[in-house]
Amino acid sequence: MESIGFVEFWKVIDMREAGLIKNIDLIGDADFIEEADPIKEDFIEEDLVKGADFADFIKETDLIVIGGGPAGLAAAIEARERGVEDIIIIERDQELGGILQQCIHTGFGLKIFKEELTGPEYAGRFIKQLEEKNIQYMLNTMVIDITREKVVTAVNPSEGLLKLKAKAIILAMGCRERTRGALNIPGTRPAGVYTAGTAQRLINIEGYMPGKNVVILGSGDIGLIMARRLTLEGAQVKMVCELMPYPGGLKRNIVQCLEDFNIPLKLSHTVVNIHGNKRLEGVTIARVDENRKPIPGTEEYVECDTLLLSVGLIPENELSSEAGVEIDPLTGGPVVNDSMETSIRGIFACGNVVHVHDLVDNVTEESRIAGRGAAEYILAGLHERKGGLARNQEGLKYIGVTHEKEIQEKGKEIQKNEIKENEIKEGETQENAVWVRPGKGIRYVVPQKILPGHLLNPVDGYSKNEIKLLFRVNNIYSNVRISLMAEGKTVHSVKRLKVAPGEMESMSITKRLMEKIMAEFEHTDTDEERNLNKEKGKKEVILQLEEISI
Amino acid sequence: MLNNNAYIINNHENGVKKFEKKRNITCIICPQGCNLEVWYNENNEVKEIKGYSCKRGLEYGWNESTNPVRMLTTTIQIDGGKLPVVPVKSNKPLPKDLLFECMNVIRKVQLKAPVRAGEVVIKNILNTGVDIVTTRDM
Repeated sequence: MESIGFVEFWKVIDMREAGLIKNIDLIGDADFIEEADPIKEDFIEEDLVKGADFADFIKETDLIVIGGGPAGLAAAIEARERGVEDIIIIERDQELGGILQQCIHTGFGLKIFKEELTGPEYAGRFIKQLEEKNIQYMLNTMVIDITREKVVTAVNPSEGLLKLKAKAIILAMGCRERTRGALNIPGTRPAGVYTAGTAQRLINIEGYMPGKNVVILGSGDIGLIMARRLTLEGAQVKMVCELMPYPGGLKRNIVQCLEDFNIPLKLSHTVVNIHGNKRLEGVTIARVDENRKPIPGTEEYVECDTLLLSVGLIPENELSSEAGVEIDPLTGGPVVNDSMETSIRGIFACGNVVHVHDLVDNVTEESRIAGRGAAEYILAGLHERKGGLARNQEGLKYIGVTHEKEIQEKGKEIQKNEIKENEIKEGETQENAVWVRPGKGIRYVVPQKILPGHLLNPVDGYSKNEIKLLFRVNNIYSNVRISLMAEGKTVHSVKRLKVAPGEMESMSITKRLMEKIMAEFEHTDTDEERNLNKEKGKKEVILQLEEISI
Repeated sequence: MLNNNAYIINNHENGVKKFEKKRNITCIICPQGCNLEVWYNENNEVKEIKGYSCKRGLEYGWNESTNPVRMLTTTIQIDGGKLPVVPVKSNKPLPKDLLFECMNVIRKVQLKAPVRAGEVVIKNILNTGVDIVTTRDM
């Protein structure tokens, strides 16, 4: 049975590649695949016309939000407030709130609510709003596939395999922790080696203590928070080792989680060996040189029964990649524009799936932008149009529009090429965007592209007052000027006394600044100059950092 | 167990033994993280704060050296809830050196579901005037 299914499956792929079928999800059941058989060509053409036969879909909706953590909650609420009626949040855990539910410490909400809340309280406020607004959600449901055509395949224990089709999708899957495997730490494989987040879940949700004598590798915020949590619960945290010469987490966490409890922070140190058979017995730590390589002779044995790893987070983008969303290698998340829209029209992304944030308040702000973007997309009916960018610098304008109704009117005469042509135009519209590139001293910038029209040609309901660039620097610097460069000229700059990779920085692009940037592009004298250091016709601004003396 | 990295400097000026006590703390108001020096007089009172670069830093240094307080968050065991523990917090910051004593009190408490977020589960812990409240429904 399985092998037959497999053959059929590949037939469908061949057909899709030959341009015979569109909008057909490959993870269909047997009937669905049979219907896509080349013999029934009429059906396929009809499919093309209608956009697909959605009989298989359990539900059609306006907006699907994947992930019910802080990003998904804020995005869904914002979309509802802006008029999207049919919204479904799909959450894989047994409750909403995501990782906030295990972050029982305070420090959330200073920006959004102007008070200091714990993680569960912060989540609770959004969950309450969600329920007041009657936004639907599915729990214990894991999304296993999304497509360019916005078909979402999910699975849960009560309903089995589900298919949903949306007008727009918001990706809010968050991130996951890097593990021992990502670091290649040599040694045995005993029990007692956890990621910091796992330990946090064990203590705060499941009510277990993971160990008594603890070494923490990595000074990321979760590691620091866990150093304090474990100490309060009676464990002895022997040290926190950090590979880099500077701490990874927020300053306030270094002070309140380590300094308060006299926990040593060993900078430029790493774990080079793990000892113990059944249970961890100890680790060997060593100092590292400027290339982050352990220095021979500096090894030191530290007895411990638990090793926590707080060594970075990775945006969880398997679903995004499979749908064909362009991923920025610098952030590990989708390339987005200033509405948090990915490279696929109608698929938006927000929160830690885009880039790892240090404050949930920033996630909420970013997710509201995504929720607004998705609402605008849905309410403008853009999902029915093939090709075309909603807004370019001339304002609301559709390029290469083929309305679904137009296709229907033309009936079966519609040529496949025509649709392909429109798809190409969809790609072309990216040229209207101004790309933001990280220059010297900057690790990454989000959003990676901005659509000047959003600021310069406000159309009712689409105007923005400012676009916020969020970025991280690549090292610790003092007395710096961070400049935004267009065509080699500084258009805006800000001074900072101290910047660190652990603290996200931001720069606002106002309408005035955008005008200044666009003027620079127009002022470029010769074509040669215009093409210098960049692809033909591609506009880009560069964010860079320079140290200044005061 | 709590950090109290104060140290005493004995200066011998003109043959007279001069008592001075200094403590270093890191300011957490902004990412700059100034190193504040807190100087004490003979009566162990804060005499002067050095090393700050703004007014808020001075205020932080003063509060932190005269009356350091921290929010306490932890969990309490609960019977009959969806989970075995429910998260709690102090409704106001507690004196820093009472954190471990508070933990000992909290550890002995066992709750029964259901509880609502914000419910007081320990009133006036260690006579501090601070209550321990739940932070979610369970």
